[in-house]
Amino acid sequence: MMSTDNRSTAAEVSQIKARRSLMENMLRGLRQAPPTALFGMAVIFLYLMIAIFAPLIAPYGESEVFPDAYAPWGEKFLLGTDQLGRDIHTRLIYGARNTIGIAIATTVLSFLIGGSLGLLAAINHSGWLDQLLSRIVDAIMAIPSLVFALMLLAVFGTNAFNLIIIIAVIDATRVFRLTRAVALNIVVMDYVEVAKLRGEKMGWIMRKEILPNITPPLVAEFGLRFCFVFLTIAGLSFLGVGIQPPTADWGSMVRENAGLIQFAEYDITAALTPLLPACAIALLAVAVNFVVDWFLHKTSGLRDEQ
Amino acid sequence: MHPIFLTIMKRLGLSVLTLFIVSVIIFSTVEFLPGDFGQAILGQAALPDTVAAFRRELGLDLPLHVRYFDWMGGVLTGDLGTSFSGRGTQGLDNSRPVIDLIAPRLSNTLFLASFTALIAIPLSLFLGITTALYRNSIYDRTVNTITLTTISFPEFFVAYLLVLIFASFYKVFPSLANISPDMPLGELIYRSALPALTLTLVIVAHMMRMTRAAIINLLANPYIEMAEFKGLSRVRIILHHALPNAWAPIVNVIAMNLAYLVVGVVIVEVVFVYPGIGQLMIDAVTARDIPVIQGCVMFFAVTYILLNLFADIISIITNPRLLHPR
Amino acid sequence: MNNNSTKQKNGILLEMQNIHIDGYSDDQWHRIVKGVDITLRRGEVLGLIGESGAGKSTLGLAAMGFVRAGCKLVKGSIRFDGTDLNTISEREKRALCGSRITYVAQSAAASFNPSHRLIEQTVETTVRQGLRSENVAKTDALRLFQDLQLPEPGIIGQRYPHQVSGGQLQRVMTAMAMSPKPDLIIFDEPTTALDVTTQVDVLASIRQIVDQYHTAAIYITHDLAVVAQMADFIKVLRYGETVEDAETRKMLKTPEKDYTKSLWAVRSIEKEEKQSDDIILKIDGVDAAYKGKTKVLKNVSIVVPRGCTVAIVGESGSGKSTAARVITGLLEPMKGQVLFNGEPLPLILKGRSKEQLRRIQMIYQSADTAMNPRHPVRDILGRPLEFYLGLSGAKRDRRLLELLELIELDESFVDRLPSELSGGQKQRICIARALAANPELIICDEVTSALDQIVQKGILQLLLRLQADLGISYLFITHDIATVRAIADQVVVMFQGCVVEQGMKSEILNPPYPSYTQLLLSSVPEMDPDWLSDLLEERSAL
Repeated sequence: MMSTDNRSTAAEVSQIKARRSLMENMLRGLRQAPPTALFGMAVIFLYLMIAIFAPLIAPYGESEVFPDAYAPWGEKFLLGTDQLGRDIHTRLIYGARNTIGIAIATTVLSFLIGGSLGLLAAINHSGWLDQLLSRIVDAIMAIPSLVFALMLLAVFGTNAFNLIIIIAVIDATRVFRLTRAVALNIVVMDYVEVAKLRGEKMGWIMRKEILPNITPPLVAEFGLRFCFVFLTIAGLSFLGVGIQPPTADWGSMVRENAGLIQFAEYDITAALTPLLPACAIALLAVAVNFVVDWFLHKTSGLRDEQ
Repeated sequence: MHPIFLTIMKRLGLSVLTLFIVSVIIFSTVEFLPGDFGQAILGQAALPDTVAAFRRELGLDLPLHVRYFDWMGGVLTGDLGTSFSGRGTQGLDNSRPVIDLIAPRLSNTLFLASFTALIAIPLSLFLGITTALYRNSIYDRTVNTITLTTISFPEFFVAYLLVLIFASFYKVFPSLANISPDMPLGELIYRSALPALTLTLVIVAHMMRMTRAAIINLLANPYIEMAEFKGLSRVRIILHHALPNAWAPIVNVIAMNLAYLVVGVVIVEVVFVYPGIGQLMIDAVTARDIPVIQGCVMFFAVTYILLNLFADIISIITNPRLLHPR
Repeated sequence: MNNNSTKQKNGILLEMQNIHIDGYSDDQWHRIVKGVDITLRRGEVLGLIGESGAGKSTLGLAAMGFVRAGCKLVKGSIRFDGTDLNTISEREKRALCGSRITYVAQSAAASFNPSHRLIEQTVETTVRQGLRSENVAKTDALRLFQDLQLPEPGIIGQRYPHQVSGGQLQRVMTAMAMSPKPDLIIFDEPTTALDVTTQVDVLASIRQIVDQYHTAAIYITHDLAVVAQMADFIKVLRYGETVEDAETRKMLKTPEKDYTKSLWAVRSIEKEEKQSDDIILKIDGVDAAYKGKTKVLKNVSIVVPRGCTVAIVGESGSGKSTAARVITGLLEPMKGQVLFNGEPLPLILKGRSKEQLRRIQMIYQSADTAMNPRHPVRDILGRPLEFYLGLSGAKRDRRLLELLELIELDESFVDRLPSELSGGQKQRICIARALAANPELIICDEVTSALDQIVQKGILQLLLRLQADLGISYLFITHDIATVRAIADQVVVMFQGCVVEQGMKSEILNPPYPSYTQLLLSSVPEMDPDWLSDLLEERSAL
């Protein structure tokens, strides 16, 4: 027999939700957002602006070399120059464009691969395609992703294109897992069965019945994956096998200027120079995490009270 | 046969299978090397004969599966092949076996990882459990915001921040962790303090958040609410009703983070020039020294698989449904 | 036995006055309980009855001084045996709860800790609160297991929760609640998750033990027939308010409020039996199994006459839903065939033509999961119109409004999402979706069992009217005999994957019965306070 009484307090409260428009919902959401989330959104917005308008904001060219290497902070070079005499301030601004751009491209690609395969696997649940894909993904995930990326970069060579493809493929395994799990919860729903019984084609069911329902968790995951990809690329660049010079990039900027830290006693600004790009990376990651955390909290509907 | 034994055997079998696939993946990467690779490794001045000999040594003229079993047989007997570096352009060979390169560095890396784990695990379990118990208190929110911030920091940011403070400003610890096996333990700990501290900060944030989530999930079970209705004290509920069911999730969290730790060492070792396996791997990647890379990746993958296996076995033997079958 | 309790037999044990409780959902506080009073004397059993959303569970917990996470007690006093539960400390409350007031939950399987033996959990409070020594408590528990008619009472305590069946677990939980010899037990829907034949045994043992130990109880349920067997008094709740309060017999005989009468609304429908020789659907000698598992259908044959309703009744695991899956083509049978209008249907879904699919439609138990939460009513109804009939634009919209009219809803519903509909409205939309295909046969899988009585009645009447107007045939799967009486022409009884019998409703529901049908029908609680006693007497006489 079925239990006919839902004991949850939510059910005892109200049965019919009031209709709100998308705009109302967004405004309502923003008003109730915690300060951390608002901070996060502001930072993300700022970064995007800098990335888009980099050539307009930056005082010099991306790889313009000046004769004075390791110039201190000052009027001509706001944040000094690096070991080749390139303006740090300029390179920080262009770094936003390159680092974020590559990270977004990678994440999008990873979602295209992982998301579509995950959906296919979920629909083909415990069929041969699902089994095959799941075994491959298990094996790839058994190799730590940074280490795997390093190995593949060594084999294929380090350039931006290889970097994007390799990280996207490795990261797609995580997206695959999540998409498959979330979609499996939807595939067993009666409304999907209704569509099958009606005689709908697989493609229609995927597009119209499943996709709209797995979007919210995937959006949150996009934020998390972006963070992860962004940090991995920064890490690889820091190790010298990621984005290659002369492209300005935060990870390699940290490495190139790391030696300056030991001069902290003599010139604090010099010691801070390598930390600036590191800080730029950290700040964006923090911002994205804050926003995702709030979004997850909101959409999961789980409020841990008490 | 007892179902627990069966389940464990199945799990072991799965690990072996995964290990096999992983080894195939690692091995077959050589296949994707560009055609002029031999020339690239040996230098433009290398004689065609030397290049041909090198290719023969790599076995590129043999079928793939023959080479795989050859390689795998070597791996199982501790022979990981010979490093590419040190090969003379004129046929002189000063290269060293991969195993001799990896072995000494392996113990350094394991030392750093266990040093970190000893601090990080108790600390994060404590933080995770207490924040779960006092959910939404000021304490919980503060710890949460701090850890959410820390997990977003790249390892090298934390590392250089610590170097700036503890090595440049206040010369408490050395900024370079150049250790060697003949140092006394005290010296080893002193020199690897900053790398260990960096790893701890990064890992505690992750582990604490996962522990908290696992405990909250556990406390949402109806039998915990029932224990409250039974008028049991908070301590009794936690120790007697939550804990026996908490081993599996907690061990899983620990295993996941130890695995993360093993990878985290790569960047931290580079920052502090710590003579570990991560540093070795980065050097090998820069030099495209494939046999060394394969050896290092194999080590990381085996560690990862073993940790997960360990966590799953703990979950299996603490599962009452398997312990006491119908 | 507690001497204290017999001495002050007629003293007031629990007094709750003017209770107001708020719950938090959708970002705001809502009042769940609005000024309810409860007075309970020692040894009395009070039935709290109401439909979902009535606030009865919340009120039950409040009697123990608890509010669930996300709720708060706004106003009101709760006095238990002279102690004000609002003013005592957490520690004092703990001493009271679990020893003098205990709780029996709906889901026994989830409420026992999987890691400990049943006997340990049963005596835990008694021993921890120092009421009795462990040995005495365990001996007492064994007697309780015996009194509750658990099989092998000496051994069952040594088992773990997952090793024991649901009905037995529910009785062990009752023993756990009885172990500290409490003055008051709260039963929160203890039999709702059980099959009817199991429910009878659990009800009987609960009632017997409450009588024997003279414990006061609050019995929470949505089923009036169940509460009639258990309670001395009944309180009917709706939307957090008291509708009616009365002694059980009086309540059943002369209910004062219309709402109370509506609690047995379904029982007031009675359908004239209809006969027809024109067979629309016939399944013949079907065996079926889920992937590699044991057979769930064994040589099942069912016939549905055109324009009639055939009800399949059976308990969980009887195979009635599997039969529906075979008919719709979701599960390929191992053997046997499905004939529609005399023609064999391809056994797998993929082999069926659009036209074949159109003629058989299905309605599900839970309208919540049967409608995509992201599709508005327009799309839900519009898609089959477009897909099967090729309607689009104005034609489609016109048909859409006609369909809404058929199910007694108006055009204001066209743009609503499922979350903006009530339970009954959702099920109506599902019916309309089935109708959109102009089907000849609709399979209804427990379509009313998740709904409140009065809503059920509305849905059943709608289905009857549609059958009369459009001549649709129904295959109606249900576990509820009252629903069968209300809607069926013919009845099929299933048990463990076999058809026990098929025949006209009047034949099946009247003696003589085969033994399983007898057991099933007699286990359905009736609106008669003496029903359970009579039944037990009758059964023990056999």
